[in-house]
Amino acid sequence: MKLLSRKAACNTHGQDSSYFLGWQEYEKNPYDESHNPTGIIQMGLAENQLSFDLLESWLASNPDAAGFKRDGQTIFRELALFQDYHGLPDFKKALVEFMSEIRGNKVSFDPKKLVLTAGATSANETLMFCLADPGEAFLLPTPYYPGFDRDLKWRTGVEIVPIKCTSSNGFRITESALEEAYQAAGKRNLKVKGVLVTNPSNPLGTTLNRHELNLLLSFVTEKGIHLISDEIYSGTVFSSPGFISVMEILMDKKYSMNTEVWKRVHIVYSLSKDLALPGFRVGAIYSNDDVVVEAATKMSSFGLVSSQTQYLLSAMLSDKKFRKNYISENQKRLRHRQEMLISGLESAGISCLKSNAGLFCWVDMRHLLSSETFDAEMELWKKIVYDVGLNISPGSSCHCDEPGWFRVCFANMSAATLNLAIQRIKLFVQSSTAAGDKQNQSYHQSLKNSRRKSLTKWVFRLSFDGREPDER
Amino acid sequence: MAVEIEQPSVRLSRVAVSETHGEDSPYFAGWKAYDENPYDELSNPSGVIQMGLAENQVSFDLLEEYLEQHSEVASWGKKVSGFRENALFQDYHGLLSFRKAMASFMGEVREGRASFDPDRIVLTAGATAANELLTFILANPGDALLVPTPYYPGFDRDLRWRTGVKIVPIHCDSSNNFQVTAEALEAAYRSAEAMSVKVSAVLITNPSNPLGITIDRPVLDEILNFVGRKNIHLVSDEIYSGSVFSSGEFVSVAEVLQSRDFKDAERVHIVYSLSKDLGLPGFRVGTIYSYNDAVVNTARRMSSFTLISSQTQQLLAAMLSDDEFTKNYVRTNRERLRKRYEKIILGLRNGGIECLKGNAGLFCWMNLKPLLENATRESELKLWKSILNEAKLNISPGSSCHCSEPGWFRVCFANMSEKTLEVALKRIHNLMENTKISLHNVISF
Repeated sequence: MKLLSRKAACNTHGQDSSYFLGWQEYEKNPYDESHNPTGIIQMGLAENQLSFDLLESWLASNPDAAGFKRDGQTIFRELALFQDYHGLPDFKKALVEFMSEIRGNKVSFDPKKLVLTAGATSANETLMFCLADPGEAFLLPTPYYPGFDRDLKWRTGVEIVPIKCTSSNGFRITESALEEAYQAAGKRNLKVKGVLVTNPSNPLGTTLNRHELNLLLSFVTEKGIHLISDEIYSGTVFSSPGFISVMEILMDKKYSMNTEVWKRVHIVYSLSKDLALPGFRVGAIYSNDDVVVEAATKMSSFGLVSSQTQYLLSAMLSDKKFRKNYISENQKRLRHRQEMLISGLESAGISCLKSNAGLFCWVDMRHLLSSETFDAEMELWKKIVYDVGLNISPGSSCHCDEPGWFRVCFANMSAATLNLAIQRIKLFVQSSTAAGDKQNQSYHQSLKNSRRKSLTKWVFRLSFDGREPDER
Repeated sequence: MAVEIEQPSVRLSRVAVSETHGEDSPYFAGWKAYDENPYDELSNPSGVIQMGLAENQVSFDLLEEYLEQHSEVASWGKKVSGFRENALFQDYHGLLSFRKAMASFMGEVREGRASFDPDRIVLTAGATAANELLTFILANPGDALLVPTPYYPGFDRDLRWRTGVKIVPIHCDSSNNFQVTAEALEAAYRSAEAMSVKVSAVLITNPSNPLGITIDRPVLDEILNFVGRKNIHLVSDEIYSGSVFSSGEFVSVAEVLQSRDFKDAERVHIVYSLSKDLGLPGFRVGTIYSYNDAVVNTARRMSSFTLISSQTQQLLAAMLSDDEFTKNYVRTNRERLRKRYEKIILGLRNGGIECLKGNAGLFCWMNLKPLLENATRESELKLWKSILNEAKLNISPGSSCHCSEPGWFRVCFANMSEKTLEVALKRIHNLMENTKISLHNVISF
């Protein structure tokens, strides 16, 4: 047969992982309040569905924006022809203002240093192409978003080396973990080009503290490498200690003299989480290095944002009143939801990592493992997917170094559905901890066996037809 | 105060610092000249007229009329959940209704001579992304694609930059109206072999940019036979398929495959886009249509890096599902492009300039060989500069399209009003007059 490239044939797209298996299972049997009340509840999807009403009401009051009109006049032609990779100036201006507002206006951004891309997926890959050659490596703190395996490595040929974080200190980044990762890369003969952090973190839901940020900056300075800060969840920080952007730290006295540090820091942003518009494909790279901005701008030709969408969002985000209100209201709703999940889990004897951001909680189910192993984690996960009917993400799919942690999303469903999910967990925990209940165990065992047989079928199928859950 | 130590700036990738993005070529230099001094009928009547931009501006009124009559299409209709569903939709399979509409539109453009399966359509943000994506899938770094010259300058970036893949030219010239020949195909393949480079595919643009002609059916057969013999792929970039001036003149590779009962079709992949035929380059709508399941599946996953905005998919799904609209659009657009083409050809002829006999596209391939001092690339560039500086017209020199025969220029005619086209033609006449005068003076001396 006509051969395809190595890239086409390899598995680096990552779709054979368990993360996606749960999705498959959900799609076969999706929960629906009326039609399928015993179906699987999707809790593996980091979407924000809490604030659409705010967007919808803005759209209803501003019909021109979606109707290709400016001040009542049609600008359809102008937009249809606009394919300049520098992006719509009004949109970039509005976007940097939005980014600034999210950071409490403590930082300001220059639209000329912003490059628009079709989503953060594209932004992260583009930065890899700009900063690293095939075979070089980036260090990433674990646990991390499973999609990075595809986004950063697949077509770029770049490697990921983990910076191991553990529950011993709340999964914080430490100097020794950074150094260990750097050495590990060296042992694998990989040249390290930079560190990529997600702040706020996916899947942890925590923001980096000042100490960690300073640590990172000293580390990249000492090693002469880049720092990418993926801040796509920056608008979802709903409680203290609040969000500190790496840009804020750079503005500290210590770094103002050393302009080289500025040039090695790059930020990735997107409207998929903060504005809940993943379908619109709006991402951005922000860099203080002109060469990076120039190269990334040219590369963005391969993934430009639709001018129709740029125009709509430039109108929306230029509306100062809307912006301010959306940010604060959205955060309030997220906090409320998180509290719901946290207290619900608590009443089932399950604790979470203390978090202040994101669309998910990092849940500690170590005490429910039959053994302190990843096999036991998988066993528990399958029980939760098939028996309890919840698709949550096992920590191993996020490259977590210790078994027993799970990411559970709370913003992609109604409050009623979330309550139901919590009830199911409570029941499950109760039945699991019913010691010596052989009947229960054999019931679960037979369910497990029948599911497992069908599971094998799906594993094979997945290699050929994966529905891409592009969610984080 | 501590002495500031000069730190070497962190190294960027080879790709980032390479010149393979190709933006330092004259193709783009003319653009800069235009950007600095753009023609405007009222405010800058002596500015540079842009004739290097293959945009289709002749049929916008049809689109605007449609939007006017169907305003709910752009605003998510009356269904309450319309907006949120659309905003959340990021499935890399793409909106089914949009894929169906695209499949049907592609069939329409081929006047029903070929039909397309929506499940074989992979959506990308423009043909730029589609071509790069296919290259990632079909070739390894260091491999080559054979591309007939002259070709679209953007290919140098799209096919090579981040992929590390090479382009080996299939040389075509005016001796046979620039059609691809069996000998040229073999010669290109041999020259790749001589460089120890593995050939992965042939990539053709049909209708051709910059030539403005459709590929003859026998030539398509020849190319298909060639790729079959060499066991390589064929990519057919058909983004100008809806810009053919007369009905029945365009033969898509899809038609040829259909007539062969799709035998050996898994090596063929078609690229399409709405940037030219529908005049919507800003919306970033491209597709890959492949007869190869593995390519479709891989392309779909890779399209994650370049998805089309769901807002745009929704709008176009509605528009392109409207058979009455699409039939009328395709027919009217074709008519108008033909009229424009005839106007420019006549105008050029009256100025003593001949073009390659074209039947498609948004441009004509102009023969200025008689004006060259020498049959060299340098003379061609000199002529190009003088046209830019004296006639204030930005046209594209054949060398920027890798044409092996100096003296040819691509001139766009659909990206301006008729009036502006008339002004441009006048300037060309004046230029030719002046040239004749100076030639005459030289001769009589």
